[in-house]
Amino acid sequence: MSMHDVADDTAPRHDDRTGRERILAALRSRITLATALALTLVVFWLLGYRQGASGSDLLSLTIWGVMLGGIIALGAIGLTLVYGVLKFPNFAHGELVTFGTYGTFTIAALLPTGAALRPFSFGWELMVGMILTMPLVTLVALAVDRVLFRPLRARGAELVLLAMASLAASFFLRSVIYLIWGSDFMFFYPGRANPILTLPLNIRIQGDQIFVLVLAAILVALTWILLSRTRMGKAMRATANNPDLAQVRGINTERVIAATWALGASLAVAGGVMYGLASQLRPEMGWFLLLPMFAAVIMGGIGSPVGAIVGAIIIGIAQQVSSSFINPAYGPGVSFILMVVVLVLQPMGLFGQKGD
Amino acid sequence: MQQIDLARSAFLFLPLFLLGLLILPGRAALRIIAALVLAALIGWGLPQMLDRGTLTYLVSFSTMAGIYAILSLGLNSQWGLAGHVNFGVAGFFAVGAFTSALFTTTMPEGALAAYSQQAFGLQWPFLGGVIMAGILAAIVGFFISIPVLRLRTDFLAIATLGIAEVIRFIFQNERWLANGPQPMRGIPRPLDCLFKDPACSWLPPGAAEFLEPLSPRDYVFFYLIVVSLILAVVFIALERISRSPWGRMLRAVRDEENSASMNGKNVFWRRIESFVVGCFIMGVGGAVYAHYVVSIDYSHFNPLFATFIIWVMLMLGGSGNNKGAILGAFAVWGVWSGAAFMIDIASPALQLISDDLPTRGAYLRWMLVALLLGVIVLYRPQGILSERKKVSDFMTDDDEPQ
Repeated sequence: MSMHDVADDTAPRHDDRTGRERILAALRSRITLATALALTLVVFWLLGYRQGASGSDLLSLTIWGVMLGGIIALGAIGLTLVYGVLKFPNFAHGELVTFGTYGTFTIAALLPTGAALRPFSFGWELMVGMILTMPLVTLVALAVDRVLFRPLRARGAELVLLAMASLAASFFLRSVIYLIWGSDFMFFYPGRANPILTLPLNIRIQGDQIFVLVLAAILVALTWILLSRTRMGKAMRATANNPDLAQVRGINTERVIAATWALGASLAVAGGVMYGLASQLRPEMGWFLLLPMFAAVIMGGIGSPVGAIVGAIIIGIAQQVSSSFINPAYGPGVSFILMVVVLVLQPMGLFGQKGD
Repeated sequence: MQQIDLARSAFLFLPLFLLGLLILPGRAALRIIAALVLAALIGWGLPQMLDRGTLTYLVSFSTMAGIYAILSLGLNSQWGLAGHVNFGVAGFFAVGAFTSALFTTTMPEGALAAYSQQAFGLQWPFLGGVIMAGILAAIVGFFISIPVLRLRTDFLAIATLGIAEVIRFIFQNERWLANGPQPMRGIPRPLDCLFKDPACSWLPPGAAEFLEPLSPRDYVFFYLIVVSLILAVVFIALERISRSPWGRMLRAVRDEENSASMNGKNVFWRRIESFVVGCFIMGVGGAVYAHYVVSIDYSHFNPLFATFIIWVMLMLGGSGNNKGAILGAFAVWGVWSGAAFMIDIASPALQLISDDLPTRGAYLRWMLVALLLGVIVLYRPQGILSERKKVSDFMTDDDEPQ
């Protein structure tokens, strides 16, 4: 009885959480997440510095990181839009990247080879090839959607089945890539010199890397305009936000879905070509990018293109800077650890909205 | 009948008996008798009907399918029973395989140490290695499940995919741990002295004489017994689990999470427990694999062979059904192995399409397995044998809620 009395005497509390819950809730806010990510980057820089990397080395690594982030972002925007609009993690997205790269390789080889556009290592035919490949990979994505995902969607299948179907699509597409192009590494321009430029502040960077940085920035900006200014872009964001409400408001969701695939696939092509320029072409390249892409999507918040870009750049920098103090092979591992940190602190990510 | 065939028959008896128990219908006592008789007959008959090479192939096929069946059962206890989407089977498989290898091998010494490095080599017996493999895989599973299992299922899929890749990178790059990118060799095979000359010293003279004609190439006949015994233990344990109150609780958590938690079940911990149990079984599967192939490296644990194909097995056989998991393992491994022959036969035709195609024929198998999963997901997501939702042994089958 006395216990009840004591409880009744206290003023009515609106917040009936225990102290522990309140501490946990504070820990799990977006601000904490942003702080934790920023701290991680600072710690990475300091660790790299302790391992003997000079300031300009770290600056170069950071710029390479932003470049890698741009590549990841191009893949992650498509991934996050598909995740938001269709509500499943598309494990086949990496294969769209690979398809785009190899498709560009083949089309560029058919075109007459132009002189290298110095300071870059590639000629105009690569850009033409990339633009011609975009609709082709869009067709691939739409075909997979028509055969596999649309029937499942019509049946109202659960997320898990869709995820599994996308895993099947991933292995199917990769086997096609292996069958057509084989398992050997390839280069867009084998043996062509790719000189390193030295910029002010002693930053060492290749011409191609500058190009990748600029093109990624342009494409990301274009996507931004597309999503925020055009009708289709707004419809896409509305569908990602709440598909039922979007349909009620007269948005043709199947058309939005097709547009989402087209945008995602085209950006994936661009991302793949740049990744191919920065390293080499291999059938597993998309699969290796998948983990950083998912990490970026989750870090930014599912369905948020802005979040995906920010997440991708954080992950790109973290991966590159971490290579100054651990084995560079663990790059994907770094993105995985960051993803787990996000899941622990704030699963909604930096820009995500509370959804289902 | 020659003595070598007789000895091989003797080894076939136990696996056939267990198989009979698994597939024969009817009451327990009758089943045991029927299985004994059938196992004796078939075990005696097989070496007569098939030539020795074919029989050896069949036995090694069954051994590998049995190992996959253990993994598939492990996945079933996660996905089938509790609804966890583990896309990182390869990771737990690898942890199990390397753990058992480290615990049972001898630390390389002298000149060998320059070529082969490992963190430790404890020379434990086979079973000790298997149990440690399960425990370590379970610990890894526990640590990954804590941050992820309280979230939506898709996060678990992505996170497990990630942990599998990270584990593979570790075994690829850390030379000191398990010989880096080079294979870790010389993993001992349990009781392989049975097939050596002279045979194990503790063997009674009669038995040694009986095994005399067998060569180390016939070791797989013995290993099939090991695999089928472990498979049987895992199967029985999982059957008991899925009918126990704990198993019913897991299904409740899977199907109706809110009502389960309203009924006072700690959903979060039940999910973690079921995930950890599955990881333990996968670790055991990894250990059994390591002692079979004797030499392992990181490339064995890639997403295709070690994750994707196991999902296809479980989905084909029937998720939620332990018999289905075993059936799926044998069926998909049969398709996979059979496709290799088909592609060999078809290689002149492939040559006509493109010169490169015959050398890339292996990837046609990927395509086939991927298509298989796509078809299952589209047309029969419950698999061949669907889940039996039997809640009580006192209920007749007619009362079962479908």
